[in-house]
Amino acid sequence: MALLQIAEPGQSAAPHKHRLAVGIDLGTTNSLVATVRNGIAVCLTDGQGRSRMPSVVHYREDGGIELGFNAMSTHVSDPRNTIVSVKRFMGRGLADVTHIEAMPYVFEETPGMLRLRTVQGSKSPVEISAELLRALRERAEASLGGELTGAVVTVPAYFDDAQRQATRDAARLAGLHVLRLLNEPTAAAVAYGLDNASEGVYAVFDLGGGTFDLSILKLTRGVFEVLATNGDTALGGDDFDHRLYCWALDHARIAPPSAEDARRLQMAARAVKELLTVSEEAPFRLRLGSGEEVDLTVTRADFFGMTRPLVQKTLVPVKRALRDAGLLPGDIKGVVMVGGATRMPHVQRAVAEFFGQEPLTNLDPDKVVALGASMQANALVGNRREDDHWLLLDVIPLSLGLETMGGLSEKIIPRNATLPVARAQEFTTFKDGQTAMSFHVVQGERELVADCRSLARFELRGIPPMAAGAARVRVTFQVDADGLLSVSACETSTGVEASIHVKPSYGLTDDEIAGMLRSGLEHASDDLAARALREQQVEAERLLEACAQALATDGELLGEAERAPIDALIARLRQLAARDDAAALSAGIAALTRATEEFAARRMNRTLRAALTGHNIDEL
Amino acid sequence: MSVTLTERAAQHIAHFIDKRGKGFGVRLGIKTSGCSGMAYKLEFVDQALDEDLVFDSHGVKVVIDQKSLVYLDGTELDYVREGLNEGFKFNNPNAKNQCGCGESFNV
Repeated sequence: MALLQIAEPGQSAAPHKHRLAVGIDLGTTNSLVATVRNGIAVCLTDGQGRSRMPSVVHYREDGGIELGFNAMSTHVSDPRNTIVSVKRFMGRGLADVTHIEAMPYVFEETPGMLRLRTVQGSKSPVEISAELLRALRERAEASLGGELTGAVVTVPAYFDDAQRQATRDAARLAGLHVLRLLNEPTAAAVAYGLDNASEGVYAVFDLGGGTFDLSILKLTRGVFEVLATNGDTALGGDDFDHRLYCWALDHARIAPPSAEDARRLQMAARAVKELLTVSEEAPFRLRLGSGEEVDLTVTRADFFGMTRPLVQKTLVPVKRALRDAGLLPGDIKGVVMVGGATRMPHVQRAVAEFFGQEPLTNLDPDKVVALGASMQANALVGNRREDDHWLLLDVIPLSLGLETMGGLSEKIIPRNATLPVARAQEFTTFKDGQTAMSFHVVQGERELVADCRSLARFELRGIPPMAAGAARVRVTFQVDADGLLSVSACETSTGVEASIHVKPSYGLTDDEIAGMLRSGLEHASDDLAARALREQQVEAERLLEACAQALATDGELLGEAERAPIDALIARLRQLAARDDAAALSAGIAALTRATEEFAARRMNRTLRAALTGHNIDEL
Repeated sequence: MSVTLTERAAQHIAHFIDKRGKGFGVRLGIKTSGCSGMAYKLEFVDQALDEDLVFDSHGVKVVIDQKSLVYLDGTELDYVREGLNEGFKFNNPNAKNQCGCGESFNV
């Protein structure tokens, strides 16, 4: 039995036609999925009431896959096949990833993105992320009782085209229809309703488990523009735990702990940190595997003292971002806090002092990005309320351009152009009699192509031989609402054309994606067809039964001439239901439903009259 | 003639309206969908219309148009949790049978 949700006035969906949409925060450490239910954005939980899912995938030797909390334990016992923080590899080559030597994985360099060799073969970051997304999709479908219409997936504001494309590919592979990719800070601002607020500049302070990001957003006429981003990829809540851990080692006077004991101490440190957010002091007490006991008490003052340098460190990127944007702390209209580590009171106080105002903290900082994404998804599938006419736009994070003579980058679409956008520019031939031109599409702010990221190359051939500078080649860059690019070139006098959808050199080609989708669907497609047929048969039975019953009770409402075509359609549908042609069956159902609409209306009026007869209106 | 909410349903509706920031109550209704099938309607109400009847159940305004009331008289709206899913359920004494999913029914 389907459970209903309250819709906005006039927005009730027809049975089986609910527009289910979710927002997904695909995080480095944890991932979440949220939806708007009964008008409120909520995170969806697993069977045990947990909304976060650790972004961990474990490939088992027997071909099975474990995810989330279930994969955490093998992080220590089987590190090579337990992939954590796969987000860092999305759309990246080996050369792009820092500290690669410290990672337990076996990497493969392939054209485009790196791959990881696991016990189940070589896996691309896209496939690994798709496992996480698939689990979230399944959770959402179980929670919402139906198939998803679409999803908004968030990405860091600094993700380039290759990383965005990889994220989108992963979502497609997981069977999600991506409505849009949304910048994480933008999603957080949406969750706080800032998109409906008056115009101004906002800061989003995102201190996660292992990374810190600061974004400065400018809102003008419903458009969020990323003015500046800055951060520290090696600063997060885990560092605060580590300070407590070191402090405990100092004060407990115990022997250097074993690996096992060290993990216990770290877990205890995290618990103490969390307790100190709500109380003035916390016990740091545990018995170690070595038999030694730790029995300490930590006060808030102790904790704040030992972690003050970390808090100060967060302000460095904040100042840099403000300087990049040419702003002062006083220019910021509001500060949004994101990430569990922003719950710590001294972090909040430092931010409040720096900006001279209390930051926004009343939403759960772990969930705020997913919540904002779900609100955007809900609006994009058309479940918006009457007074919401917002259309949130995103911007190009980095300029897109072409390589011109001399290895220079000519920018065609400047960064922060709002999406979707199309820009064209004319180019010409360089040499007499030149009949072909090659285009190199690059992304980045730097002047030299060598310093920008190469996205794609393509050629335009068949230009008629002319004097240098006489050919007119119009190059059009078009970026869709997801921030993905297509480029076309056309020689205007002859109309010869060439174009490319930028599958950035770091992304997967369409063929690769199709191949992966196909292999996943090979069996699924048979199952799917069988299921579709079965669903149609059930629906046909239901309809036939309803019609038989209706005709038996109210058959006299129809004239003979009206009755005959209905009977014919019923007989036809009965035949179709016995065969296995889902499409024909569906057509038969539709035909009978249409033919009986008038009949249904008459029946309804009769029932209504019967019910109302003998009552006067006051009784109702 | 009346339609009621369970206390749990009333609490959830009050909470949703509060979070939504506006709203007069909740609308229950039916609409026809195909041959003798009818589907439930459940919506927020910002303003009741002339042909609406308004009931009070556990402090929540329940709005229903007169046509729909004929089919919903005696219905109790409950809020239930089934596995990961949760939401509202119509317990309608008038419904003779339902489609497998419970979203449409006939009388």
